Amino acid sequence: MTDTADVTDQEDLANGTGRLETTAVNQVVIRFAGDSGDGMQLTGDRFTSASAMAGNDLATLPEFPAEIRAPQGTLAGVSAFQVHISDHEIYTPGDQPDVLIAMNPAALMSELGRVRSGGTLILNTDAFDQRNFDKCGYEVDPRTDGTLDGFIVHEVPMTKLTVVATSEIDVKKRDAERAKNFFALGLICWMYSRPTAPTLDWIEAKFSANEAVLEANTVAFKAGHAFGETTEMFADRYEVAAAPYEAGTYTNITGNTATSWGMIAAGQLAKLPVFLGSYPITPASDILHELSRHKNFGVRTFQAEDEIAAAGAALGAAFGGHLAFTTTSGPGVALKGETIGLATSIELPLVIIDVQRGGPSTGLPTKTEASDLMLALYGRHGESPIPVVAAHSPSNCFYMAIEACRIALKYRTPVILLTDGYLANGAEPWKLPDVDSLPDISVSFTTELNAQGPDGSPAFHPYLRDEETLARPWAIPGTAGLEHRIGGLEKADGSGDVSYDPGNHSHMTDLRQAKIDGIAKDIPAAEFSSNGEADTLIVGWGSTHGSITAARELLKNEGVSTAHLHLTHLAPMATNVAEVIGNYANVVVPELNKGQLVKVLRAQYLVDAKGVSKMEGLPFTGRELAAAVQEIRNNQEALS
Amino acid sequence: MTDVTLDPTKRGYWTSDQDVRWCPGCGDYGILAAMQFLFTELDVKRENTVFVSGIGCAARFPYYMETYGMHTIHGRAPAIATGLAVARPDLDVWVVGGDGDMLSIGGNHLIHALRRNVNLKILLFNNQIYGLTKGQYSPTSEVGKVTKSTPAGSIDHPFSTIGVAAGAGASFIARTHDLDRKHMIEVFRAAHQHKGAAFVEIYQNCNVFNDGIYDAIVKRSVRDEMMIDLVHGERILFGAQKQRGVVIENGEARVADVADVGLDAIVVHDSGRLNPSLAFALGHLSNDNMSPTPFGIFRSVAIAEYAEGVNDQLLAANEASGPGDLAALLTSGATWEVTGR
Repeated sequence: MTDTADVTDQEDLANGTGRLETTAVNQVVIRFAGDSGDGMQLTGDRFTSASAMAGNDLATLPEFPAEIRAPQGTLAGVSAFQVHISDHEIYTPGDQPDVLIAMNPAALMSELGRVRSGGTLILNTDAFDQRNFDKCGYEVDPRTDGTLDGFIVHEVPMTKLTVVATSEIDVKKRDAERAKNFFALGLICWMYSRPTAPTLDWIEAKFSANEAVLEANTVAFKAGHAFGETTEMFADRYEVAAAPYEAGTYTNITGNTATSWGMIAAGQLAKLPVFLGSYPITPASDILHELSRHKNFGVRTFQAEDEIAAAGAALGAAFGGHLAFTTTSGPGVALKGETIGLATSIELPLVIIDVQRGGPSTGLPTKTEASDLMLALYGRHGESPIPVVAAHSPSNCFYMAIEACRIALKYRTPVILLTDGYLANGAEPWKLPDVDSLPDISVSFTTELNAQGPDGSPAFHPYLRDEETLARPWAIPGTAGLEHRIGGLEKADGSGDVSYDPGNHSHMTDLRQAKIDGIAKDIPAAEFSSNGEADTLIVGWGSTHGSITAARELLKNEGVSTAHLHLTHLAPMATNVAEVIGNYANVVVPELNKGQLVKVLRAQYLVDAKGVSKMEGLPFTGRELAAAVQEIRNNQEALS
Repeated sequence: MTDVTLDPTKRGYWTSDQDVRWCPGCGDYGILAAMQFLFTELDVKRENTVFVSGIGCAARFPYYMETYGMHTIHGRAPAIATGLAVARPDLDVWVVGGDGDMLSIGGNHLIHALRRNVNLKILLFNNQIYGLTKGQYSPTSEVGKVTKSTPAGSIDHPFSTIGVAAGAGASFIARTHDLDRKHMIEVFRAAHQHKGAAFVEIYQNCNVFNDGIYDAIVKRSVRDEMMIDLVHGERILFGAQKQRGVVIENGEARVADVADVGLDAIVVHDSGRLNPSLAFALGHLSNDNMSPTPFGIFRSVAIAEYAEGVNDQLLAANEASGPGDLAALLTSGATWEVTGR
């Protein structure tokens, strides 16, 4: 695909020798939906990349079933990818799609309810036959019974057009048909004036091993683009201008990739080899995959026999002086609890990353939820306080991974980093940091004796703490003279010898708590903003940041000013939380759980905070959150 | 008087300052002594030696060795030690646990450490009982065992420890017992020399909750007739006059009188066979504590060691891509430049 004729084609496509003038729009929400086998995630991902390259701000919401291949054509098999692109800063993947691409009737049935009234539907009519209607439960063709009234409907025989377009290529019919998602991508890229080069380059790199498929996908993409250009079906073509970003180099990043890169960066910043013990689990496995690709950073990945071994191996590596991680989702955290307890007792750095998903039990493995907060804060036996931090956007996962490591290393403690399925798979543009600006998080191993034995001779006391941080020495095997034994039994303060002394246990329990509490002095203030004289404070944590920001904009447009306090550090909390939280008549805490942070805030700060809960496996939309805040404000007014 | 704590050839050099808290008369004392004496003969440094244990009586072992040590979680020692051995291939990592620790709650970790062939020396103190929790039956207790939790007798079928190790593909499998320090030292030494996962079962007497269970095999007076000494390359013969031996029939090992079957029928022990079936068959020779039982090295084969494989891949990646460059990593996806607002 590198001959000159094709290069010319590409330029023509990119320049859009336009039949139509483009209409500028500020933003658009597009939802790609089809069967699990239709390649909708990939299509959405490619559209996102092209939009990122065009300089738009964007947010994405991939949604796919837990089954790899549910029965074809059924509702259970529908896989969707929503992307919100704009010429200004946006915070969520969009409340309601403006455009729905439905590759089959099941996708239409499943997704139609989300589309805004008057929105555009692009249907792959080749899949609209009785057999497929039966599979998803349409009794009659939805195109004929008024179901689609009020929408702009484009019927495009994508499969047939793709097969025809690829007829000159020596490709199996099945592969030709499978290229129809690239036809759809080409059409949407035309409609929204996306540059074509990024997609064509990507296809060429991705399918270089299979010339026929490469060619079929390229031709299908171009055919889709040309179809938009030449048929008169589409009366409008849109342009979403670049968003006004700060100067810099940008990349499009998902939360799981950002987390992975943050872990690698932390190893570099700590000047320690990285060890990851992990066991495959959705939606965290991508972190294991990504780290496995970067062994040249001195990263060792260990796919363990189970979640417990994954945590255990990481703790063993930490004893050996590595920066140790274990990555998982909620069910895995439950299994790792005993190991986290041991790490709390032996006071070694260990970073546990929980990519939260819907629970309990297997729950909703591919859907998001933020319901492991209590598990992270309290889900261990005994008094075992540990720091808990949470990322608030896909790119923020990078910085929070480094922050989790900083705390773990400095205070010799396990730290839980919470992300979630929405952050993990969602994408956003990220202004890349200057690597020299990242913090030095290195710590020193202890190499010298630090105490005196009972006979007055020099000795090593593994539990003699740093006065400021209360961290204990980290003396690793291989250090002559500091041989010592640690374990899960209670240890005497200082010497670390096994101790069953009642007073000592009480004292050590207090010390372990004081060490964690003291970290509050060493973390940044919680992000706070207020957009006017506000009577309402919204306190968020984790991935609700974007939804809260979007809701506040809507409220502001209605004349309601609000304040927003967002927590990245859940244990301990920043000291400004106490200062801010008492200043508002209403404290609203939106969470993708049944009210976990709100319980903690009420207990810790004695405020009458009100929770807003959503348990649908989906993030809050700005609209529903704005409505919930208004309701709480109105109820409060009615009372007073 | 010389200070024994400064001389590596003295037991005291390898003895920590902690009081040993096993019950008086426990077989664990003998095992600890054998280990400390072995170290007086090995050319190793205590700072490069780590003992990792789970939970149970045996798991207190690391506290008593003047080396690095980690007393961890019930069953998890092989997993934790795996992480340490992979992170730090320069260390000698020993794992100590009992039959409940390693075959019940930690069975999964044991078999996977063995299968991966991680460079761990795994010592399983088998006393066929839960001692620390005061006397419940274990996964190696015999059927019918009456304990506090099985007043009507255990109905569980016990594991063959050697069979489990062979089934997991362990590259080194041996058995010794707590009454013979010399034998223990030689088996531990061979395990230490082995590159990869070395599994050593130690018949260990719990004199409080399961006293004398191995007496019919390991007491000095019966050893000649009951202990079968496995020697690589030699016929498996035993008895005061070497009048008995082991034959393999239909894939099964059984004891026979040489007079009945002829010397040529007696199997020649081959611990170096890649296929673990001989070790497995010998492991199942005796299913009780009253029959002739093999001791020594069942299997010792050279196969790829896990941590070395992990580190080889790191070296290869470094050679192929050069050392990691963080700035290059961050720009490894598609990027674009924004100039000014």
